[in-house]
Amino acid sequence: MTAQSTGPATAAGTTKRAFLELDELMVSFQTEDGVVRAVDGVSFALERGRTMAIVGESGSGKSVTSQAIMGLHSRRAAKITGHAWVDGVDIVNAPDAELRALRGTRMAMIFQDPLSSLHPFYTVGKQLVEAVQAHGEVPKAEARRRAVTMLDRVGIPNAARRVDDYPHSFSGGMRQRAMIAMALINNPALLIADEPTTALDVTVQAQILELIRELQTEYNMAIVLITHDLGVVAESADDVTVMYGGRVVERGGVDEIFSRPSMPYTWGLMSSVPDMQADRGKRLEPIPGQPPSLINLPKGCVFRPRCAYAQHVPDGRCDTERPALTPVDDGHDARCFLTLDQKRTLAVKATGTEEVA
Amino acid sequence: MTTPNLTDAGPQSASTPVGDVVLRVRGLQKYFPIQSSFLRRTIGHVKAVENIDLDVHAGETVGLVGESGCGKSTTGRTMLRLLDPTGGTIEIDGRDVTNLSMRQMVPVRRSAQMIFQDPYSSLNPRHTIGKIISSPWEVQGVNPEGGVKKSVQELMARVGLNPEHYNRFPAEFSGGQRQRIGIARALALRPKLIVCDEPVSALDVSIQAQVLNLLEDLQNEFNLAYVFIAHDLSVVRHIADRIAVMYLGRVMEITDSDSLYRSPRHPYTKALLSAIPLPHPSMRGQRERIVLTGDLPSPSNPPSGCVFRTRCWKAQDRCATEIPPLAEISPGTSVACHFPEPAKDPVSFTPPQG
Repeated sequence: MTAQSTGPATAAGTTKRAFLELDELMVSFQTEDGVVRAVDGVSFALERGRTMAIVGESGSGKSVTSQAIMGLHSRRAAKITGHAWVDGVDIVNAPDAELRALRGTRMAMIFQDPLSSLHPFYTVGKQLVEAVQAHGEVPKAEARRRAVTMLDRVGIPNAARRVDDYPHSFSGGMRQRAMIAMALINNPALLIADEPTTALDVTVQAQILELIRELQTEYNMAIVLITHDLGVVAESADDVTVMYGGRVVERGGVDEIFSRPSMPYTWGLMSSVPDMQADRGKRLEPIPGQPPSLINLPKGCVFRPRCAYAQHVPDGRCDTERPALTPVDDGHDARCFLTLDQKRTLAVKATGTEEVA
Repeated sequence: MTTPNLTDAGPQSASTPVGDVVLRVRGLQKYFPIQSSFLRRTIGHVKAVENIDLDVHAGETVGLVGESGCGKSTTGRTMLRLLDPTGGTIEIDGRDVTNLSMRQMVPVRRSAQMIFQDPYSSLNPRHTIGKIISSPWEVQGVNPEGGVKKSVQELMARVGLNPEHYNRFPAEFSGGQRQRIGIARALALRPKLIVCDEPVSALDVSIQAQVLNLLEDLQNEFNLAYVFIAHDLSVVRHIADRIAVMYLGRVMEITDSDSLYRSPRHPYTKALLSAIPLPHPSMRGQRERIVLTGDLPSPSNPPSGCVFRTRCWKAQDRCATEIPPLAEISPGTSVACHFPEPAKDPVSFTPPQG
């Protein structure tokens, strides 16, 4: 599959929809200080068996996007427009009962902090059994058997005994495994992993990422992986969506994005991370300034105030005009006014990446 | 536990300029008592830090890395006497501070400061930035030249904050800016040593790079020594001259950053490094990943002999009975292992040992 098609502008019901398809999804919140446009027109498509990484810093809208896919926003607090199709059902307009049925069985989510997502008062087993029984008439003994099997599957040693333990007696990595077990116990087709390894040590992170990959193959899941860690992206994703200020600023296949990043923000992200292969004395090149306030987005390009390359664009277009997401290559789009040639040459300078032909 | 380890007796790695020793730690131990819920009797100890030897020189950055629970933060805090050591000695700037009272410690803190991980909880929300940054002077009874306000504003400008924000409160600043406030406070007394406990791990990547660059600039300007505690191995490699790898309260390996990443000698270091995601999708599957099975053993009941042996693929009978001492196996590289990995790099010649 080529990375993404903006697709459903032709919303005629005849086009075959991808398993997960976002179409101009917008989420805004009314606050005392004004309207926060947390997600401002995000579109992408994802098929089963593939992993889409959403990359961005805090406030880029990546978590709000994923919560919208799960239908977790209160309809009173958040104003949501556009569409989020999961297996043909539009989450944005679906009634609550239908959403509840979808959650857990068709789609599931794992969170960054496993301790706050597991109830401290109930045993891990009880919480897993509840997850099974919430979605169908399953006898308790059968549900418990499935709980033990699932815990064993995610690599909890001695699962038959540990199933009766409370979350506090699990280590961080085991809690994350328990949460994955709970998310997957009803065999969902879509898994949303919101910073699943950020709270974990590298050794445990490697185990958990490996586990998620295995389970993806086993269950043919579509995975939306939300992370700020480019290493995790490079290792696990098929497609990448880079978000900034609530918008998609670049998207494409993972090899494309890493070999030919085409947007100054993506370059900045890459050169901010110390490169383990590079010379140690090399100075980091951070992105200057701070992420924008989502209430008062800058006029013109959202990234303009932090962009070091705006002088390459004539007539101060970056200050006055919002760039559209335009193709760089087949299945690779970027939201930037720089010409294709400029993107190529400047990217090599900015990130030190040799272009892989 | 009484065998003295000669961590730093050997020559320093050539790349590190050797300055005065600003921190010298010998045989540092920190145990936390485990008390019974009834009668509060001590029924055991969590051995958080066990027998650590370390020298930190002026202008040098020593990284402490390891997984959560390995005792790196406790080590950092105990070095500055924020926690009382159970055993061993601590010398700060040539002075033995192991048994000083908290009052006697006050003047010592002029030369040794700390930057904390969480920029939200380490600043008093009800104090203005001016008050927060000037509080070290207040405690020490120092009258900075040119007045408090001017000096604070100079510091603010130096760490990249707008000096006009002198009267603002921490809540008005973002995480990265708050970390700069914490850095300005640590700098106020012109210390020789700063212990940085995960100073960038709560920050976004782009902000993280800004703060790392700032720390490097300040080090060059003031010839600061850093003890840099972090779990992010790429960050530590970038900033540290020498790195100590900790596991279950002990140093497993200490060497200069380049050697550590190029040629890890301790099996644990090797496993730890192999877990780092590779930075480019084209490198997928290139590195043989050593997956450690199981969890960290409990520090209240560590394994006999080598503490890593329960998860080590090279472990033999000897590892269960004999604690491997942290011994120098090539110049500047010390490893606590009976069966260290061979040196990988042909460029730096390692004389055969023993």
